[in-house]
Amino acid sequence: MQMPLPNAQVLSRKDQIVTRLADVLPADALMSDVAETRAYECDALTAYRCPPLAVVLPSTTAQVAAVLKICHDMGVPVVPRGAGTSLAGGALPTADCVILGVARMTDVIETNYGDRYIRVQTGRTNLSVTGAVEADGFFYAPDPSSQLACAIAGNIAMNSGGAHCLKYGVTTNNLLGVTIVTMDGTVMEIGGAHLDAGNLDLLGLICGSEGQLGVVTEATLRILPKPEGARPVLMGYDSSEVAGQVVTDIIKAGILPVAIEFMDRPCIEATEAFAKAGYPICEALLIVEVEGSPAEIDAQLALIMDIARRHNPVELREAKDADEAGRIWLGRKSAFGAMGQINDYMCLDGTIPVSALPFVLRRIGEMSKEYGLDVGNVFHAGDGNMHPLILFDANKPGDLELCEAFGADILKLCVEVGGCLTGEHGVGIEKRDLMHVQFAAADLEAQMAVKDVFDPLWLLNAAKVFPLDSSAPRRAA
Amino acid sequence: MTPETEDALAQMVVAATGPLRIVGGGTRPVGRSTGAALSLAGMTGITLYEPGALTLVARAGTPLAEIEAALAAENQRLAFEPMDHRVLLGTTGAPTIGGMVAANVSGPRRIAVGACRDFMLGVRFVDGAGQIIKNGGRVMKNVTGYDLVKLMTGSYGTLGVLTEVSLKVMPNVETQVTLVLQGLDDARAVAAMAAAMSSPFEVTGAAHDPAAGRTMLRLEGFAASVDYRAKALAGVLAPFGAVAIEDDATIWAAIRDVAAFADKPGDVWRLSVKPSDAPALVAKAGARGVIYDWAGGLVWLLCDGDLRARLGDFAGHATLVRGTADVPVFQPEPAPIAALAAGLRAKFDPRGIFNPGMMG
Repeated sequence: MQMPLPNAQVLSRKDQIVTRLADVLPADALMSDVAETRAYECDALTAYRCPPLAVVLPSTTAQVAAVLKICHDMGVPVVPRGAGTSLAGGALPTADCVILGVARMTDVIETNYGDRYIRVQTGRTNLSVTGAVEADGFFYAPDPSSQLACAIAGNIAMNSGGAHCLKYGVTTNNLLGVTIVTMDGTVMEIGGAHLDAGNLDLLGLICGSEGQLGVVTEATLRILPKPEGARPVLMGYDSSEVAGQVVTDIIKAGILPVAIEFMDRPCIEATEAFAKAGYPICEALLIVEVEGSPAEIDAQLALIMDIARRHNPVELREAKDADEAGRIWLGRKSAFGAMGQINDYMCLDGTIPVSALPFVLRRIGEMSKEYGLDVGNVFHAGDGNMHPLILFDANKPGDLELCEAFGADILKLCVEVGGCLTGEHGVGIEKRDLMHVQFAAADLEAQMAVKDVFDPLWLLNAAKVFPLDSSAPRRAA
Repeated sequence: MTPETEDALAQMVVAATGPLRIVGGGTRPVGRSTGAALSLAGMTGITLYEPGALTLVARAGTPLAEIEAALAAENQRLAFEPMDHRVLLGTTGAPTIGGMVAANVSGPRRIAVGACRDFMLGVRFVDGAGQIIKNGGRVMKNVTGYDLVKLMTGSYGTLGVLTEVSLKVMPNVETQVTLVLQGLDDARAVAAMAAAMSSPFEVTGAAHDPAAGRTMLRLEGFAASVDYRAKALAGVLAPFGAVAIEDDATIWAAIRDVAAFADKPGDVWRLSVKPSDAPALVAKAGARGVIYDWAGGLVWLLCDGDLRARLGDFAGHATLVRGTADVPVFQPEPAPIAALAAGLRAKFDPRGIFNPGMMG
């Protein structure tokens, strides 16, 4: 993966830069020794690493503003970082950058149940937002699978999703307001506890902008009352076409499950070997979960089971209690770990129209043979978000490159059938150079024009999202 | 000007020598705009509808009625319940899908499921330089690049001319009922609505009409589920008084369209605030008519003069939807945010020809 050459002038002024930063930060919030900064050399896309020039860990919005103003005035690139769980390299440093981590900004600022929101500092983890309100019967809906570790700052940067977004939406649908600091150190309040924008929807623009428009230090998030209960049903089919038709029929029947998860045969086999969840070995497995009171769940599951039976399942299993529900979810939740037992893997997250699923799975199977790399598919079937897991051996020379080429081909296929490169992980560096596949030059130009307005010097996380050749004239300016 | 293709529209924008006033159905003349009319009436039709994937794509000039009919045939709907402005504004004509998106038009169900912007999946538009630009797509989960879809939604044609939009649609419901409380004052009504919204019973409408003394809460879904939840919600609301259950669906069309103000003269303001702030702000507004929607988060006010001056500093925004008061139609923003908005307009419409002066 190519990254821009570090700015030699910035590297040569490291001491001055660190001295200026030390003026506005407590001593324990600034690191510039390579032994200390090494912990920040990568995020969860561990194949790529680069120690930054310095790391700052501010604890207030004022400190963030002071850091950004100094970096702006001295022309120093800044890479914002939440918890460093990006699978797309969104927080990968460059050698000339200051990593601005929000990990120490974890306070709950306000909880308001009557108006159903919580305001937090954005270094707080996703799961601990729910943790702050669940005793009172509320939760924060977006649930990326890294939710134990990932920070709200990163969720906002990547517009993170999760397994339950068919019903509850993704981050942008649950974000009411932010405090954002732009690269020149200006602090702004966008949105708040009220709904929708009074003028242009800048909140919607900021969410998902991968830390390129500003650093979000505080967020007002929608919290929801917890449903009375939830229960899954598991079904197995001998073809992905049939499983796809079951999903379509459920949705057309007017039922809106909170989750519809799909696993293909390679993934089921790996999972069974690893977690022994008792899954049927078949071509396609679906887990469908619904919410409500016990009687409402019974009624919805009855409709879903009817539809499932009409398509001749090889297995149909309804959870009768929490224990059975847990066993149904066990395999799905262990799927990534199970694949990781077999080998190193790369997880993609392209989205496709649900109707294209059988064709896409068949093509991925063919490509798997051509590349000689195994792949298993986990899929949020309700919303079309695929998670192909390509297995490779990181210690075998050339295997990573082969895997990346295979991954690129899968993502191109997603775009060809009317989908997109990334459904919830973000572009980062991983899919940056594939953006030409999805967007024409004018489409990318319009997006880059937005960054021109928020960050005219292109100092903030600038080597991400846009193909390097597209952004080069701006980054050099 | 009434182009029939995206290319023809782009050429008209390139050739324009003065301001363009972008027109969908002409039913929502919110905000002031001048210039030669550029109508989307020639660009119509649903280009893709997959009921099983809950997705619909249509050209911007497509009448909303055509879209709603196509959805109804598959027992689906636009869940955000777009308001029909003809009732309040006395306009005629046919609302279009593009106009709805340009104004981010939603209705009572917004409180539960989100606004128009939350259901937007993709846009195509022509910018001020006449370039055709696409963003988003037709799939539900998509974080590829910046979300210009949200930026375009609600931008009232000031950044570009929408040519095609794609949306997430939702299943229709089997039945609906409304739980009604009587005689609550505004603060008590907002508290009752908060209690309902904080319950797990999936309330999809929460409105209060002080003149009628009615506080209304809607439940929707499968019949047995609605029955169950109506009983459970009535229990939650018991501390606020006796609960009547009504099944008249037109209650919500009237709230959606602010029908109460339709035949009353005067300016109409739309106020978006934190629900619990609403009663105190309403007390300062000096309004002749008030309707609370969105559990109190949306307040419609019938009042003249400069509402914002009377409210003072408040968190939220006020829009002059109907009237001629000599005040900005859209909420003025703090200088740094206004500068960002101006910067975006200068990038997307460098000659300033799209609905100039509309949003400031």
